[in-house]
Amino acid sequence: MEEFLTDQLKTQEYFLNMGPQHPATHGVLRLLLKLDGEIIRNVDMDLGFIHRSIEKMCERNTYKQIIHLTDRLDYLSSHMNNEAVCLLVEKALNIEVSDRIKVIRTMMDELTRISSHVLWWGVMGMDIGALTTFMYGFREREMINDIFEETCGARLTMNYNVIGGLRYDLHENFVKRVKEFIKHFKKKLPEYDKLLTNNVIFRKRIEGVGYISEKDAVAYGLNGPTARGSGVSCDIRKIHPYSAYDRVDFEEVIFTEGDSYARYKVRIQEMWQSLSILEQLVDKIPEGEYRVKTKAVIKLPEGDYLQRVEAARGDFGIFVKSTGQKFPYRVKFRSPGFANLTALNKMTQGLKIADLVAVLSTIDIVVPDIDR
Amino acid sequence: MTNTEIKNKIEKILDGLVFSGEESDFLRIETNKDKIRDLMKKLKEDGELSFDYLFSLTGVDFGEELGVIYHLESVKTRKLIQITVKTKRENAEIDTIHDIFPAAYFNEIEAHEFFGIKFKNHPDLKHLFLPEDWDKGYPMRKDYTDINMLIR
Repeated sequence: MEEFLTDQLKTQEYFLNMGPQHPATHGVLRLLLKLDGEIIRNVDMDLGFIHRSIEKMCERNTYKQIIHLTDRLDYLSSHMNNEAVCLLVEKALNIEVSDRIKVIRTMMDELTRISSHVLWWGVMGMDIGALTTFMYGFREREMINDIFEETCGARLTMNYNVIGGLRYDLHENFVKRVKEFIKHFKKKLPEYDKLLTNNVIFRKRIEGVGYISEKDAVAYGLNGPTARGSGVSCDIRKIHPYSAYDRVDFEEVIFTEGDSYARYKVRIQEMWQSLSILEQLVDKIPEGEYRVKTKAVIKLPEGDYLQRVEAARGDFGIFVKSTGQKFPYRVKFRSPGFANLTALNKMTQGLKIADLVAVLSTIDIVVPDIDR
Repeated sequence: MTNTEIKNKIEKILDGLVFSGEESDFLRIETNKDKIRDLMKKLKEDGELSFDYLFSLTGVDFGEELGVIYHLESVKTRKLIQITVKTKRENAEIDTIHDIFPAAYFNEIEAHEFFGIKFKNHPDLKHLFLPEDWDKGYPMRKDYTDINMLIR
């Protein structure tokens, strides 16, 4: 029988199309899989199904207008993306913002990070077959979205940052609501561990799967929680502190195993760190202006500018080449998801096809961020 | 390490580079396109500099010329440098660096399809973002026009 299987049964590699409308790709991403039975030999990707050419649009828009385009990139970390544009312009024009603005921006960043990670956690469970987590995740996300809605009127594409500060002052309920959320989430996070992290089936699906070494992680340009799961220290909040990150006490979460479970643990621990940052700041929001007056037409001096922030998915960078006009000459968005996705082929070599979904889930991609 | 120290070190490794921006937050280097592979290799392998992380690869239309701007970072020292390479507008071609920095692989494909910069020795400059049968030119170039472009 063995002889029959090895000698006479001919096998051959074949291609399987995954997507563009596949629920596990979290959007419209097409993957071309080269398979040997169930074993993955190669993963090729086809992008651009929702390419809007935002970089080109930026060349025909003023700096104030660009802010509104950036939250259409990675819509789950819209606040950080907006902040990146504001920080870039403020740094270039030496606009000093008040402590109040810095603290509020930092708090909104961390709320956004939690809401993004909570959604990721829910979807991660769902990708693997645990449908309950999605509902649990959305319960907490809803509370954060309510805070956003009260503060700036929007729940997803917030546009709360403007050059020189914030669009509105904080709502009077903000502090109360954030405190309520911290209290609630502190009770719920251990529940997440009980429900999913310590689930035997779940652990077997992700432990030791999708390995990428520290060296490869750097070579492929991985960033954010994905790289920190491989032991690369890359938190922009620590390396180049912006807003109020230099005055809060938090740890950069790093795990060295490099597998899907390590990346999972990084995000869970990051939620604890975000909670700690919120706790430190919620009682200490300084009084002051919420917006600094800026010129009506903003022109950056000729030159190259780069601003990086730590978005929920990693190291988001904006590169602007200015010729001194009111429109930028060239804008490049360095998207964290695109860099992370390029390592997918490396991570999934030799895995089974069902593992691909789990690995893709721990990279935590958002397709509009990749397509730009 | 300050920008001036980095500059002095790089000058020792390779000559004929143009430096600027020592006073700003990152050093800018402009180089000839024949030297780009050599420069990248040396920057990556040098023990002290160890610029081992390709942060971004940006295609740019400079008007008269096309070009690519690389941002390299060192994971060890967390210093960032910017390297600019320019090439002629017709038959624009720059050597690939995807074997030195695997992160460049898909970024080079992107720069190729939006700017028409050919990366020499890149194995597969396919259409990644644009449709497979796209033949209307290079959309991110400044002289590209399209009937659907409403904002002018």
